Amino acid sequence: MLEKKGFPTKEQIQSCFPEKTVILNPKAIIECYEKIPCNPCSTSCPFNAIYIGDDINQIPVIDFNKCTGCGVCVFSCPGLAIKVVQTDGKKATFKIPYEFIPYPKKNEIWNAIDHAGEVIGKAKIANVIIGKKQNKTALVEVIVNDKIIYDFATIRRQVYE
Amino acid sequence: MLYKDLVIIGGGPAGLKAAAVAAKAGQKALIIDRFWCLGGQLIKQTHMFFGSEKQYAKTRGFDIANTLIDDINQYRELVDVWVNATVLALYSDKVISIYKDNEYIKIKAKIIIVATGASERVLAFENNDLPGIYGAGSVQTLMNVYGIKPGNKLLMVGSGNIGLIVSYQLMQAGVEVVGIVEASDKISGYKVHASKIKRLGVDILTSTTIKKAIGIDKVEEVILINLDNEWNEIQNTERKIKVDGVCIAVGLIPLTNLLSMAGVEMKYISELGGMVAVTNDLFETSVENVFVCGDASGIEEASSAMVEGMIVGLVATKKLGTEIIDYESQLSDFKNQLNVLRNGPYGSKIRNGLKKLENKLC
Amino acid sequence: MMFEEVINLRIEKHPILNFPQDRKIIFFTFNGTLVQGYEGDTVASALYALGILKLSESIILKRPRGLYCSIGNCSSCHMIVDGVPNVKTCITLLKEGMVVKTQTNKGEINAL
Repeated sequence: MLEKKGFPTKEQIQSCFPEKTVILNPKAIIECYEKIPCNPCSTSCPFNAIYIGDDINQIPVIDFNKCTGCGVCVFSCPGLAIKVVQTDGKKATFKIPYEFIPYPKKNEIWNAIDHAGEVIGKAKIANVIIGKKQNKTALVEVIVNDKIIYDFATIRRQVYE
Repeated sequence: MLYKDLVIIGGGPAGLKAAAVAAKAGQKALIIDRFWCLGGQLIKQTHMFFGSEKQYAKTRGFDIANTLIDDINQYRELVDVWVNATVLALYSDKVISIYKDNEYIKIKAKIIIVATGASERVLAFENNDLPGIYGAGSVQTLMNVYGIKPGNKLLMVGSGNIGLIVSYQLMQAGVEVVGIVEASDKISGYKVHASKIKRLGVDILTSTTIKKAIGIDKVEEVILINLDNEWNEIQNTERKIKVDGVCIAVGLIPLTNLLSMAGVEMKYISELGGMVAVTNDLFETSVENVFVCGDASGIEEASSAMVEGMIVGLVATKKLGTEIIDYESQLSDFKNQLNVLRNGPYGSKIRNGLKKLENKLC
Repeated sequence: MMFEEVINLRIEKHPILNFPQDRKIIFFTFNGTLVQGYEGDTVASALYALGILKLSESIILKRPRGLYCSIGNCSSCHMIVDGVPNVKTCITLLKEGMVVKTQTNKGEINAL
């Protein structure tokens, strides 16, 4: 699926998530399925929660005990493959990287998009953070229904015909 | 005739790094580039780079260019820069002919580093010469250097890293990417790039290619067709799509004309992108004191180009008799960086290509 | 006015890059018509921003040609600039008053 269509299977996605109890607190979900020479997620993490090692082709391994969901890895990943998630069982809050303008605004309702680029629900914009250290990658905090927690990938502005 | 110790042809990532390493050791160098500014292809790269910190991972390409240029600007008294200067000829006696400011200049150099990079491949299909059909680098140049949209609706041909990255950049510039076609049955670039573009709703069509472009003074439509496992067109699968631009991202070819001209031993190695110079493990060609590095020595990434430039800068400086205190440890570190970059699955193509070069097998 | 519609392909705002909107305007002529570009444009980029994609014609079949590589390799963008043929417009910076013409042959040298 990934090789032919460019998006992972549900099993692949779920393998990046810890138990639901763990994500009662915000945690980084690293959707890095392929060995490529790259390690900024590991070197940028302020809590040493991501391990790659000397062979930078290795797939990053995250220690959910150390991860605080701070989001630094989200804007450090050159592949924009990392997001932070937290859920209370009903509503899931994500922090996703976003590099398009105009940026979403707080309280706007956008479309929730899955890995295949399809609309799967609504996303409420909770916050948009654009800090200097983020180097032009905005961090958008969105709230979606917990039901789509594994499918959710990004947001898209609603278009009214 | 001018006389120089070290001339670096090409001011992209490999050439800039070679000059910086040489200058740091106190070695003078002249960089010659035909563009009006330095930085090579880095200046149009808006995405964050991969690799490790040593190769500026997570830094955007144009920021890396600025860093490399700042590095050599620190050594103004040692590094001369000629821009808008085209090297027209390289001779085996290490004479270089340059066209600059409407004048022809000749330089005899002790050591020459060829860091001329690469050029876009062309894809053969009917009407592939219509205006509006560009190489991917061209699309990036228009958008990211001159701030101009290369149309409003583009088709991307090729799903390697360049095709995937440029598709994303097109969307960032407000251009609709109608789809990415890939002749093979697999997406060939990094899957994280593919995922980024997929969640924007762009279709990646494998086993598909462009058959024909249609238009009078510029491209207006394209015809796509499916391919079978043996790259043959499948009858009755043609379909027409309206576009105002097509981006061809089907690979790069090392720019080695100057090397062949100088009588350097060349070999065709497809894994490295085409005709490349036969070199030793320090990137020296069969003509003594003519070195090659970066994409000109084999198509790879900017991260590798920078490390190769550092190796060649180091080796050339030592050969010129300039002392380098920690030569062995630096060389070892640079070689290790290259190995690490080439270690993973994506490095297998380069590793195979280099093995062929070593064995001189074709 | 030569063109049927005003085309402007310039990017004003970009999520990563900053394109200054106050650049100096440069006037030049294209096949006799007065047009404008901005400081920092090449001849080719200025024409492309105006929607002019055809820069030259192929020598024998007179097929329309435009940009392909944009880095001075392919020679698809050759035009006659200030009387000089075979100018690679993709790497030639735009200057005030340039006289730019579509090249349709191998290029002629004006006798002195």
